[in-house]
Amino acid sequence: MSEKITLAQGSGGVETKRLIESIFAKHFYNGKTQNMPDAAIVQGGNKLAFTTDSFVVEPLFFNGGDIGRLAVCGTINDLLTTGATPIALSCGFIIQAGFDVAKLEVIADSMAQTAKEASVQIVTGDTKVIEPPQNGSSTAANSAQNPQSNIFINTSGIGRFDFEPLQLENITLGDAIIVTGCLGTHHATIQSARMGFSNNIASDAAPLCEIVQSLQCSGVHLHAMRDITRGGLATVLCEIFENTPYAAEIEEAKLPVLPQVASFAQILGLDILHMGNEGNMLVFVPQSSAEAALKIIKACKYGQNAAIIGQVGNVKKPVLKTRIGGTRILRPLMGEGLPRIC
Amino acid sequence: MSKIVPKTAQYFKNYSTQIKIMEVCGTHTSVIMQSGIPALLGGNIQLISGPGCPVCVTNQSYINRLVQLALTPSCCVLSFGDMLKVQGTQMSLAGAKAIGGRAEYFYTPLEVLQKAAQEPSTTFVVAAVGFETTAPVFALLADEVIRQNIKNIKFLTALKTMPPILDIVAAEAEIDGFLCPGNVAVITGEQPFRHIAKKHRKPCVVAGFDPQQITAAIFVLAQQIEQQKHGFFNIYKSAVNAKPQVKANALTEKYFAKGDAVWRGIGLVENSGLYLKPEFADYDCGSYTAGTCSEEEHTNGCRCSEVITGRIAPPQCGLFGTKCTPSTPVGPCMVSVEGACNAYAF
Repeated sequence: MSEKITLAQGSGGVETKRLIESIFAKHFYNGKTQNMPDAAIVQGGNKLAFTTDSFVVEPLFFNGGDIGRLAVCGTINDLLTTGATPIALSCGFIIQAGFDVAKLEVIADSMAQTAKEASVQIVTGDTKVIEPPQNGSSTAANSAQNPQSNIFINTSGIGRFDFEPLQLENITLGDAIIVTGCLGTHHATIQSARMGFSNNIASDAAPLCEIVQSLQCSGVHLHAMRDITRGGLATVLCEIFENTPYAAEIEEAKLPVLPQVASFAQILGLDILHMGNEGNMLVFVPQSSAEAALKIIKACKYGQNAAIIGQVGNVKKPVLKTRIGGTRILRPLMGEGLPRIC
Repeated sequence: MSKIVPKTAQYFKNYSTQIKIMEVCGTHTSVIMQSGIPALLGGNIQLISGPGCPVCVTNQSYINRLVQLALTPSCCVLSFGDMLKVQGTQMSLAGAKAIGGRAEYFYTPLEVLQKAAQEPSTTFVVAAVGFETTAPVFALLADEVIRQNIKNIKFLTALKTMPPILDIVAAEAEIDGFLCPGNVAVITGEQPFRHIAKKHRKPCVVAGFDPQQITAAIFVLAQQIEQQKHGFFNIYKSAVNAKPQVKANALTEKYFAKGDAVWRGIGLVENSGLYLKPEFADYDCGSYTAGTCSEEEHTNGCRCSEVITGRIAPPQCGLFGTKCTPSTPVGPCMVSVEGACNAYAF
């Protein structure tokens, strides 16, 4: 039987990486995903950063955001991680016939507000309308019993370099590792909405321009940044340190996690380190700049929970030092991140 | 949560004989891996994951039947999340989904009641997988379905019980002691585990699921083995009573009866399964046939039973890394992320 696309290949974990390597990187890139940045640096008259991302979230509206805010934040944050200042975005909409125009309006307004917050313009776009969903088969996992017309959004963005580009190759042994916000919050929000739980967990979806630009303007020495989205912290660290002689050593006790998110994850059998985020970055800085960088990040609106979680150490694979004093080798997300029964 | 006391850590570090302790339950394995306990145990105390993940030990015929049902028009299979990735002969439920089948996951089986009411023209097949702990929840669902005579909810069960398999594993000379599942003991009481300790002359400790309690249990087991004792200890007294949970067991026994069951990588184990009683056959999709048939098994060459019992290391199995990988798992030790083979493959 010929191979079919599976949901696991869209999870952001190992299977996604393999799909990218076997098809897209093979045809569009050099075949490897090692050190593949969140945005490309292209040669024009001046250096530019360029990236794209697609959004298929279910549900479309959730505590703390919606698909529109995600679509703008995701692309802006990818540009920011390369050290670029985002300038302009494009947006493509694929809409199933029957979709509520009022909802589309809310989504568009949310995109405009988020772009404004980040001082970025949405300058071009495209719309396609496709057949409505058929009974019994649905594009979204949990709406199968009640098929509803859906919307998918792609955004692309460019950024200019007011400062030196940041590359993952800059990471060196001894670097301090900072996360800019609490882990797993977005994932817990979406999962709560899907399961009909009401709680006070709200998505962290946010454009992180203030954090990155404050760091750049302060003159703090930055080595690299990386967006921590799907697949969570563990997957991102495994990707960064795949073929390096050193890797991240992080401490469980230092990870910022909201208590309600920690409980949520424990009850459902989810691992915080594999849960997705939408407004959270990893920042790598030399030890000597760590405290200064942390102070700057914590002064920003979306950086109040930032923490130094560890350093790049003499270990072969990323490891977590646990609260009880043990160590655990971190592994990337495999499969869909399905909840365990036992 | 705090660090374990230095004295315990020192004890583990200085432990002078090589011993093997089996943690029977998948949740214990998960906590052990997540909290990095193996790194605390020094070189001589080895933990071995037992057959205590009900999803990992489902046989291929059972998965094949689920896949067949998922691909049947107007039929939807509902299961626990991690069930979706377990391989049948041709594919997993996730694979069936990718070619147009319908399989969804639940957090509690009772979610199916609402789905079935919303979609009366669809038959929902509940993949009832679990041990003593989970069986009462499926009994609760069966109770609702049968009392309300709901026609579009059916069961395909692969429920299993712990004592028969534990008896087999405990007979293996290589295992020196058992960290016993606190959740199962909540339902069964202490007796089945006391029995194992006495019959096989190996120490057994029932423990809960936080890292401190697990570490304490390993400490007690290591001491018992060192002193050549084979006591039974329950250190999960906040939840486990000496006596069984009468109410939950009564509900399970009302709807389910014992029968033989095939365990992935291990084979047929007498009286280790639970099936809907014959009078409720209308609500069943062929569980006994699927659960006892080993003809379709393509696990030939799988040596999980030897890995589980500590007789061989994963790479000694001929399938390891070739036919059996984390993405295409054949045996239970590769299915689970915490399984011995899966951990070794990474």
